[in-house]
Amino acid sequence: MSAPLLAVEGLSVDFPGDGGRVRVVDCIGFSIAAGETLALVGESGCGKSMTALAVMRLVAKPGRIEPGSRIRLEGRDLLSLSVPEMRGVRGARIGMIFQEPMTSLNPVTTVGEQVMEAIELHAGIPRAKARERVIELFGHVGIPDPARRFQAYPHQLSGGLKQRVMIAMAMAMRPRLLIADEPTTALDATIRAQILELLRTLCAETGTAVLLITHDFGVVNETADRVAVMYAGQIVEEGTRLEVLSQPRHPYTQGLLRSIPKPEARGARLEEIKGIVPRPGHWPPGCRFHTRCPFAFEPCPVRAPERTALSATQAACCHLLTREARP
Amino acid sequence: MHWVSNIVVVLLIVGAILAGRHVARDRFWRENAAQLWRRRPFAIGVIGLYLFLALLDSIAWIDPASEANALTSGKPRTIIDRIFQPERFKEASYSAPLADAAFYGGQPLLHPGAHLLGTDLLGRDVVYRTLKGVRVALLIGGLTSLVVIPIALLFGVTAGYFGRRIDDAVFFAMTVLASVPSLLLLIALIMVLGKGTVQVCVALGVTGWVHFCRIARGETLKLREADFVAAARVLGVSEATIIRRHILPNIAHLIIITFALSFTALVLSETILSYLGIGLDGSWGQMIDQARNELSRTPVIWWNLTGASVALFTLVLAVNMIADAMRDIIDPRTRREER
Repeated sequence: MSAPLLAVEGLSVDFPGDGGRVRVVDCIGFSIAAGETLALVGESGCGKSMTALAVMRLVAKPGRIEPGSRIRLEGRDLLSLSVPEMRGVRGARIGMIFQEPMTSLNPVTTVGEQVMEAIELHAGIPRAKARERVIELFGHVGIPDPARRFQAYPHQLSGGLKQRVMIAMAMAMRPRLLIADEPTTALDATIRAQILELLRTLCAETGTAVLLITHDFGVVNETADRVAVMYAGQIVEEGTRLEVLSQPRHPYTQGLLRSIPKPEARGARLEEIKGIVPRPGHWPPGCRFHTRCPFAFEPCPVRAPERTALSATQAACCHLLTREARP
Repeated sequence: MHWVSNIVVVLLIVGAILAGRHVARDRFWRENAAQLWRRRPFAIGVIGLYLFLALLDSIAWIDPASEANALTSGKPRTIIDRIFQPERFKEASYSAPLADAAFYGGQPLLHPGAHLLGTDLLGRDVVYRTLKGVRVALLIGGLTSLVVIPIALLFGVTAGYFGRRIDDAVFFAMTVLASVPSLLLLIALIMVLGKGTVQVCVALGVTGWVHFCRIARGETLKLREADFVAAARVLGVSEATIIRRHILPNIAHLIIITFALSFTALVLSETILSYLGIGLDGSWGQMIDQARNELSRTPVIWWNLTGASVALFTLVLAVNMIADAMRDIIDPRTRREER
């Protein structure tokens, strides 16, 4: 297998908290191949978004990426780049779109100008040329009447159109990797499908890999090639979409999948995972999920489970798996 | 010195044309300007008139005709001076508006019925003095704002944006400055710098930037966390460009409103300085201060006070009305939705 586009190894992010530094992302590793879509799934507060920001090296102070973490993009170590070099990577090599298209655009500048900012910054082409590129790009992301929309202010566009503008902005420089942080959470169901479809076709056309951050298995099912499930700052299970969705091995993944409403179970009480995600710094010892896990047994509160490979592509961290392997 | 003010006039006119072109080109500003005009045509007209008078009083030159006259030789005269001819158009002392005879003694006047608002103690025409005060008032407000806004923006925005040590330092400076009684500081500064238009404006500016700095800092703190700033960062935009293209345009409305409000506060505070004897020569504050002594006479000499205070009141009211309308237009919570 060729070198992955993005390789993250031992990534930890910590913040100063009560009595020392508190990890919010704890030693996670994953990789994305060129053109592949990896979905990072988990409940709120499990460190998904922080992982994305860490890849961009935009963890806000006083938070920091711990030394010893490794993030490599196309073989380049992002953590050793200088600040201006990193700025050259952002926008040009890695694009990012956010959850809230409503607030992600500057309200006092036309949307065209804002997308142009990205192009001018990285491509260094004259304004008239950049303007043409933006209008072309707007057409490409399915904005009707792109020349007129270039002049529009954010408040004059609908949520779906704004998200299209954000996508145009992120894809303006044809980045190798697109980080989409819950790109459809703030949109209606009908628009959601359109935006996902747009992301899929755009990325397929340009061969862009996607790191998709979501808590919605519907989105995962529609777009992802592989899935990584995060819980309390760690990746607890990963595998191809089919493996994770049809044969989840970690009790947390199983719980998440069971808590999706199903049409055939209409009228029945929706299953849920008991309890809430523990706050960073208050993670229980041993397996962090054991306080909420229906299958917890003796080793769970004592020892952290190790990563167990289940196939060439699937792996999970759970004591149940090692017990099954050695009866 | 008169050529300096002539150059300033030219620069101001050029600046106004450039600003006007920008407003006409950028839809955001054009719509707001049009709405402002619809809401407050009268106040805008008043401001326009004041600006026009101040310009008339700023263009000065020396010409052979005035050189020939011993009273005016060597002195540049402005257009207003040339219209009123104050050397000739004066009386011996007080005269009531449109009077034919002097207030005291009843001697016939040199220009009977010509002094619309009468004359003051030294026989100077009150209308002329009031009009001369326009330029001083606008200078106080404008020049001081030119000192205040850059200082306040620089400190406020950098403190808010970069936070931590810079913020601590700026906040410390602001707290120290705010804990000294501002009038005391003002008097001390004017004693150090000396009396004069620029000096007084600098003194007012140095004591007055704290308030605006606090507003700019607060707003920047909020904007720093805005999603569109994060989006710009994600695109690899540098900090300086983020401040220039995303922070400053979003506090532009605050700059305009604070400018308008502080303008009136400054013009009014000049009258207090005049009362304390450190005001500007030829200001309305000085006229009011002089008129104060005459209020106890019977029959009362009211025209001196009236000329200056009506002019002052009209200016302050007009600017406040415009500031108020601008806030309504710009603030999205009070803005009518227009498509």
